[in-house]
Amino acid sequence: MADLLHVSDANFEKEIVQADIPAMVDFWAEWCGPCKMVGPTVEALAKEYAGKIKIAKMDVDTNRETPAKFGIRSIPTLILFKDGKVAQTIVGALPKGDIEEALKKLL
Amino acid sequence: MEDLIIIGGGPAGLTAGLYAARSRLKTLLLEKLSPGGQVLLTDSVENYPGFPEGISGFELMDRMRRQAENFGLDIQSREVIQLHLTPDKKEVVTANGLLESRSLILTMGATPRKLGIDGEDRLTGKGVSYCATCDGPFYRDREVAVIGGGDTAVEEALYLTRFATRVLIVHRRNELRATKLLQERAFAQERIAFVWDTVPTRIVGETGVATIELKHVKTGHLSQLRVDGVFVFVGYDPNNELVKSLLELDSYGFVLTNNDLETSVPGVFAAGDIRSKLLRQISTAVGEGATAAFAAERYLENRT
Repeated sequence: MADLLHVSDANFEKEIVQADIPAMVDFWAEWCGPCKMVGPTVEALAKEYAGKIKIAKMDVDTNRETPAKFGIRSIPTLILFKDGKVAQTIVGALPKGDIEEALKKLL
Repeated sequence: MEDLIIIGGGPAGLTAGLYAARSRLKTLLLEKLSPGGQVLLTDSVENYPGFPEGISGFELMDRMRRQAENFGLDIQSREVIQLHLTPDKKEVVTANGLLESRSLILTMGATPRKLGIDGEDRLTGKGVSYCATCDGPFYRDREVAVIGGGDTAVEEALYLTRFATRVLIVHRRNELRATKLLQERAFAQERIAFVWDTVPTRIVGETGVATIELKHVKTGHLSQLRVDGVFVFVGYDPNNELVKSLLELDSYGFVLTNNDLETSVPGVFAAGDIRSKLLRQISTAVGEGATAAFAAERYLENRT
């Protein structure tokens, strides 16, 4: 669990945009069933990619600013960042293999 | 070699797994995401018997999973890529290795159907949605269109009135197909309005949905509707990619079975939404899951 970061509107810029390694943020909410389908995968990936890719979750219920900034209107949405810029956006729950394929492109 | 591999972790798969585990079959359930299936798209399930106050889709599926695991069902998060079916052996190729089993139960379910119109794919996640419980809260004080007229469309339109100020149900016929109870609720809900005999032809917008182009099916008349979101509930397509060329399917691509839920290949059974049948519900899926597990057990007994 320690490998999975929980980010908020307040520290998003510092933790993700200014991160010195690539990052992936899972935008989710408690009310969203499919988010729970992809949640365990994101946790597992956070462990596997620790130190290489920063993997984080953001609760869109308590954080409104960042999701709005990225035009998120559907969850789960995964956004992958490289050098502080959006490298890829994945909408909807996908199997681990597909997410990993996207992550590998960041390295 | 396993006795039984179940592919898919929705209500049908978990029930088949529960029964198989109790029968002490060496069973593996493979799910490409986490178990739950399409029920997780539902906020509250109110037509599954035993829950008079209703139950959340997540809670119900979490209970089904725990119940199956209590009897020793092994659930693994693995995506199946290919199947090789022979009378003696069913080979299951997964993203991380080959598995072998003496029998299979297919419970891969179905996926909400797309409209197949211009703008739909591009704006998915930017105003086009197939899950009201996931995305409804993004539409507080906004206006949305719901496409469809069946149970899911009407139920989700009702759910969306919690957030959206106006929900327009766009339906290709001039009456709903949804259950009467749901129709009564929709007609009584003042935030819901109806656009009859109409189909969407295009979804327009740059960074998000701006308008939707509608066509009246009788007059051919085109109109533009300003909405912030489009929720699509126009039926389901079977998740049949793995078996398309291996099994007999109906004309919509759903898997054909006999009364004992055996497919056209001996030792391969199907249950739940992927099966060709009249009604796709949690209550029908669990019954079929139980039947398929029992039929698989009998198949295995007869072969030893």
